[in-house]
Amino acid sequence: MTKPKTTQTTRRGALKTLALGGGAAATLPLWARYTSAQTAAPVKVGFQVHRTGIGAAYGRWYDRTTTAAAALINEQGGINGRPIEIVAEDDGTDPKRGAEVVEKFVSQHQCDVGFGTLFSHVVIGSAPRAGELKLPYFVVSEGHHVASGMLNRYTLQPGITDVKSQVQAMAPFVAENLGKKVTMIFPDFAFGHDHRDFFTAAIEAQGGEVLEHIAIPPTETSFTKYFPKIPRDTEVIYHVMVGPAVLTFVKELGEFFGPSRPEIFGFIDSLEAVDIASPGLEFLDGTYFWEGNPRYAQDNQSDYDAFFRARVGVDANGASISDPKDVSTYAHMFGCWETLHVIKAGMEAAGYQSAADRGKLIEAVEAIEEMPHSNAYPQGAKIFNGKTHQVFGHQYISKVVDGKLLLVHTTSIEDTLYPDEVDYTTQPL
Amino acid sequence: MRRDVQKNLLLHGGVLVALFALQFVLPAYHHGNVARIMVLATYAMGYNLLFGYVDLLSLGHAVFFAAGLYGMGIAVSHLGVSAPLGLMIGVLAGGVVGAIIGALALRTEGVAFMIVTLMFAQAGYLIILYFGEITRGDEGFVIQQVDRLFFGGDLSDPFIRYYAAFTVFCISFLSILALLHSPFGKTLIAIRENQERAVMLGYNVMRFKLLAVIFSAALSALAGATYGLLFGYVGASFASVQYSIFPLLWVLLGGAGTALGPLVGVFFMFYLIDISSGMTTAYMLVAGVVLVGLTLFAPQGLMGEIRRRFWRWLP
Repeated sequence: MTKPKTTQTTRRGALKTLALGGGAAATLPLWARYTSAQTAAPVKVGFQVHRTGIGAAYGRWYDRTTTAAAALINEQGGINGRPIEIVAEDDGTDPKRGAEVVEKFVSQHQCDVGFGTLFSHVVIGSAPRAGELKLPYFVVSEGHHVASGMLNRYTLQPGITDVKSQVQAMAPFVAENLGKKVTMIFPDFAFGHDHRDFFTAAIEAQGGEVLEHIAIPPTETSFTKYFPKIPRDTEVIYHVMVGPAVLTFVKELGEFFGPSRPEIFGFIDSLEAVDIASPGLEFLDGTYFWEGNPRYAQDNQSDYDAFFRARVGVDANGASISDPKDVSTYAHMFGCWETLHVIKAGMEAAGYQSAADRGKLIEAVEAIEEMPHSNAYPQGAKIFNGKTHQVFGHQYISKVVDGKLLLVHTTSIEDTLYPDEVDYTTQPL
Repeated sequence: MRRDVQKNLLLHGGVLVALFALQFVLPAYHHGNVARIMVLATYAMGYNLLFGYVDLLSLGHAVFFAAGLYGMGIAVSHLGVSAPLGLMIGVLAGGVVGAIIGALALRTEGVAFMIVTLMFAQAGYLIILYFGEITRGDEGFVIQQVDRLFFGGDLSDPFIRYYAAFTVFCISFLSILALLHSPFGKTLIAIRENQERAVMLGYNVMRFKLLAVIFSAALSALAGATYGLLFGYVGASFASVQYSIFPLLWVLLGGAGTALGPLVGVFFMFYLIDISSGMTTAYMLVAGVVLVGLTLFAPQGLMGEIRRRFWRWLP
């Protein structure tokens, strides 16, 4: 036989309840503070930065731009009322370490997203792990690897255009203004092969032709022996070289041609973080460069560009305000600034609260279509393709005049578009 | 003698049991790290076979790791073969590359052997870049998740990945132990200790060394192919000179010519970089100072030092 439970209120019970209630009331400020701390916990952005290795020059400026963008976002109230916190980890510009860093973001730092990778091999080495761990991975790489369909639904490139769109947008200007018979000089690895394939097709579409493809082995330190391969009837030399031998390449090209040279068009990648007015580069005067974002402040500079320069600490010549010899990677680093603003916009649209909302964040970013020219997107207006996870925007062509880059042409966004090669939205989240 | 065998069994068996059990207690981040460490330790064991037991210092083992990585990667991604078959093709590719390079490089000795192996590795690296249409050169390519199914098991799943890494490590570790206790292994050690005497006793030293190179290359290739399958990426950076130096460092740190040295070396180096990078941006300096210290105070590596001071029975 069980004893029935009594429900009567006793004096002792009432005192206990009062004591508990009083205790809870007394400690209410502590609880309230804890609750508030939970909701105001920072949004953690894992920043995969090339602090060491071949990408270190880019990494330094990516770091500065990211820090400046995060400070601005925090001044404006953060994301959904929460401050943004950058958790930086050096990947050594190495794909193996890159994948490890992505794992560290997810399981050790509890980051909400991963962000900021530039070098293609690090992106391609890290993206599979980001996809498996379901970490939204926002790269700032320029590579065509995102839009080509090689990666996965969790990898996006919403802050910088890819090499395919950049290269194809150059062809109309080159064909109309410089010449239709082109010789291409490029490094003999994937980055150079992308230029070779995309530009060759694009110039042929403009009625031009590539007379010769000159592929330079990546370990080459002297280039003179390659220049006799340039056909005599070449009207334009298209060059895109990267790495430590770039200066030698440009100097030797100048020595080879002397005063009578064909038109020369190059990608600023060749001379990112290098002063155009360096001794030996006088030969570049009168040649043309693609720029992702004009390094020198132009006469018609937008207020947005001025704001961006001031916040990051870059002067009108594209160098650090504190050290004029420290030239920035201006053609690329805006991508970090803009990507962080895309993350903010996506999180706010998705009502992002925690890692459980990562799928919603991906869908919200996929739904973004247009990014207006503004302080958030100072490089220019953009169109985002949610299916291919790739952004498209204006490209700039500058001419070297008196040791400075003068903007002479801005492409339309339409010039940069190409048919979709993948639809990531069909992949499960 | 019999007691030494028992101690060996206990120690090495204990290490394998500990590695198996770790997966149930490790947090997610370290769970993934230990899987990676076991694969890299397999690579280091392949290196140790040649360096620690035959005294052949190669500076070009990345070419064998890459042969496995690309042999598997190209077969799986471009030819559409299954992951298990891709793994076998990777190991075979490493063995064949090992046979070719071994046959040529073993005509030299000492410093010349180091230089020749380094040159072959550089040639391998440039070949990968040259055939960019297939290899995607410096960028590399992704092994998609659908191609990473191993007899129905998804290798991108953390637990299956851990089991796969553990299995590969066990097979390699036990193979090395068995080899060391076989007449073949004892002959290799005899060659290391006194090559002239081995020749005088009638051993075809060249043949033994070549077989050791092939076995070492195949083991390195097994690690490369496994790495690609488990982590979904194939890239030329794994063929660069840096990845030839890594196994040398791991083995030197852990203890050349010890069975556990490669595992200890990889563990130590991995966490040295990982922990110090969390404390300072000058982590390479920290790693360098620690390495110099270890070289000064434990020149035979961690396990080598333990063997010298305490456990003389360590293989």
